[in-house]
Amino acid sequence: MINRNNSIRFTDEQAMILESAREFCRDKSPVPVVRALLKTETAYSEEVWQQMVDLGWSGITVPEKFGGSAMGFGSIVPLAESMGRALLVTPFFSTTLAAQAILRAGSAQQQEAWLPKLVSGTVATLAWLDGEDWGADNLECKVTTDGDQYRLDGVKWHVADAGVASLFVVITEADGAPALALVTRDSLAESAITPHTLIDETRRAAKVDFTGVTIEASDLIRGEQVDSALHEIRLLGALLVAAEATGSAAACLDITVEYLKTRKQFGKLIGSYQGLKHPTVDILIAMDSARSHIYHAASVVDDGPMSNDAEIACRMAKALATDALTYAGDRAIQFHGGLGFTYECDAQLYMRRAQWAQQQFGDSYHHRKRLASLLLD
Amino acid sequence: MTTASQQELDDFRAQVSAWMKDNKPADPGFLLPQTFMEVGSERVLEFLREWQHKIWSAGYLGMAWPKEYGGGGMEPIFQNIVDKEMKRHAVPICFNVIGLSWTGPLINDIGTEEAKKKYLKGILSAEDVWCQGFSEPDHGSDLGSVQCRAERDGDDYVINGTKIWTTMGNYAKYMILLARTGPAEPRKYDGLSFFLAPMHIDGVDPRPIQKMTGEYGFCETFFTDARIPASTLMGKEGNGWKVAMQTLQYERGAEAGAAGGLMAVRTVVSDLIEELRHVKRDGEPVLHDPVVRDRLVQFLMEEKSLSLGERRQAHAALNSDYPWSLALSGKLRASEFAREMRKFAVSVQGAHGSLYVGDEDALAGGFWQRAYFNNFSTTIGGGTSQVQANIVGERVLGLPKD
Repeated sequence: MINRNNSIRFTDEQAMILESAREFCRDKSPVPVVRALLKTETAYSEEVWQQMVDLGWSGITVPEKFGGSAMGFGSIVPLAESMGRALLVTPFFSTTLAAQAILRAGSAQQQEAWLPKLVSGTVATLAWLDGEDWGADNLECKVTTDGDQYRLDGVKWHVADAGVASLFVVITEADGAPALALVTRDSLAESAITPHTLIDETRRAAKVDFTGVTIEASDLIRGEQVDSALHEIRLLGALLVAAEATGSAAACLDITVEYLKTRKQFGKLIGSYQGLKHPTVDILIAMDSARSHIYHAASVVDDGPMSNDAEIACRMAKALATDALTYAGDRAIQFHGGLGFTYECDAQLYMRRAQWAQQQFGDSYHHRKRLASLLLD
Repeated sequence: MTTASQQELDDFRAQVSAWMKDNKPADPGFLLPQTFMEVGSERVLEFLREWQHKIWSAGYLGMAWPKEYGGGGMEPIFQNIVDKEMKRHAVPICFNVIGLSWTGPLINDIGTEEAKKKYLKGILSAEDVWCQGFSEPDHGSDLGSVQCRAERDGDDYVINGTKIWTTMGNYAKYMILLARTGPAEPRKYDGLSFFLAPMHIDGVDPRPIQKMTGEYGFCETFFTDARIPASTLMGKEGNGWKVAMQTLQYERGAEAGAAGGLMAVRTVVSDLIEELRHVKRDGEPVLHDPVVRDRLVQFLMEEKSLSLGERRQAHAALNSDYPWSLALSGKLRASEFAREMRKFAVSVQGAHGSLYVGDEDALAGGFWQRAYFNNFSTTIGGGTSQVQANIVGERVLGLPKD
């Protein structure tokens, strides 16, 4: 069924959040700072992360009773777009999504035990993939009873911020049904974490071996709500990445336009040539599409179950935003000429970000394939 | 804003809906135009003239224009309701677009009392068809360079030159004409004047141009010592560029004042999907083909992008980096989207995609084939897509001119 929900709601309050987020990210994350962080172990500034926590960003989607401000998941979109624009990376995404998992599937005790900590800056992350396939169930990692306790068996890939996370929300299977295991860092073996070498050097992720880890029954989340929570978090994760990618695409467009306005060849500014001008307009148009879709998605997602319109919106946003960034990064390299081929040129930062973003929570085709079922059947 | 209550508006909508249902013309047995640029024969012209006259007589056209000139003297919201109902009931278009949407608003805004009395009612009733004389064979997208001459001679101007792409030029009674009165002016724009020129006079020869669709709709209009009264001048001599630019504001929808009415039959992706329900590929419904499905999804995404863009324009905070982007790229995006979608609509029909209008087995009478071909009028007319991309690149992104 074709859906006709084209709403975009954006309040003055959200406009203020966007304004201050843009300013914060621009101040804290100029490109030299981004480049300096590439070489560090964690790839982020603890100080900036703490400032974001102090601003309340880590609790923006969390209910007030756990110390959050309960502004709804849509309020994350302007934050994520601003972070993407400045290539500012912190454990914000990992922690936000882990909090959503506990909020949407966990018990009252689990929420009380963890959410106030996450709001105050304790890093948590999802351990999701069994390999490369976002379309799989990813339940190869099993949990079985071990006396009064439970024992995990399996390896998870692409675990974001694994090196600094205090809590891992592991997507697993118990008695043939999906379950979430809350695993603390101190229960992992020293050798359990093997860092990946990521294409996007602004981020960190690792392969984590949970084999042999034991947890208490109170740290296992089971029940029907796990299924729907997983469905919802995949889509919210896709929206977060889409919003961030839109910001990065806008920044990539800016540096490309700047170069086209200053670089001369054959006696003319290269931006005057239609061969470069028109594809640059295409970048703008792709970025514009992505931005319209992320703010539409922000208007239709909420804290409850995911509506059909919201699912469509998140999938479209993800497909369009990461394609926009991929195109922007690709053309940015090309239009910078020989310079564009160097590590020194900032275009590579966006190109690498694009390749990473494309692969998070399903690539464009993954989402279009599911949109086809939602829209055509 | 309106002073009418919600109840009044709801009642009015119901009344309009009932009227449309009762008065929607039966299928005439020939393919009706999607836009006013496709009025290619007398029978189509007469059919649409009768339809527009009927709508106006019912009080459903020019509702916000002043009563004394044939309008309804009502608030614009009522016309908006009518326009939406026309679209919903998929009735034929109101074809006298150059009068209804461009010339009428212009006369209402800056015309003399005499001009208002003389022209406005005929525009609404469809008695007087209007055409536009801006483009010339050698000056398509570059309007400031028009060469058609208008020389003052007593109480007349004498017109010599050629205009092209005069939509319905062969049926029109009047033309909004941009002509050069001051060839020696140092700034080319200062030498232009704007006329409400009569067409049914000696020395005016509109010759229909056959389009690549095989149909007619445009003319090349030749002026040979055609004498038009000096009273037809709009504004002052030498002010034509300014008046023409104002006209383009109406044309682009940037300025309100249009009479209303359904101006075009738009194609949407869901129409195409419905059309394809019975088309087969590899022995299966074509809608099961993964490649076809992926293309359709991409069209649906772009279609939604365009609608969402209109909504996002209302939020300045979401457009702060490139504030003019959505407004200035709209024509480029919408026309190119429609071209790609219609092209795909033809290619996806299997062997029947090679049938054309006139073949009784053509899918939907060859609607999509003709729609694709005609779509070039929107990617070329009003500034080609390539010129539009230059405009966006230069005015939105600040890239240097060629």
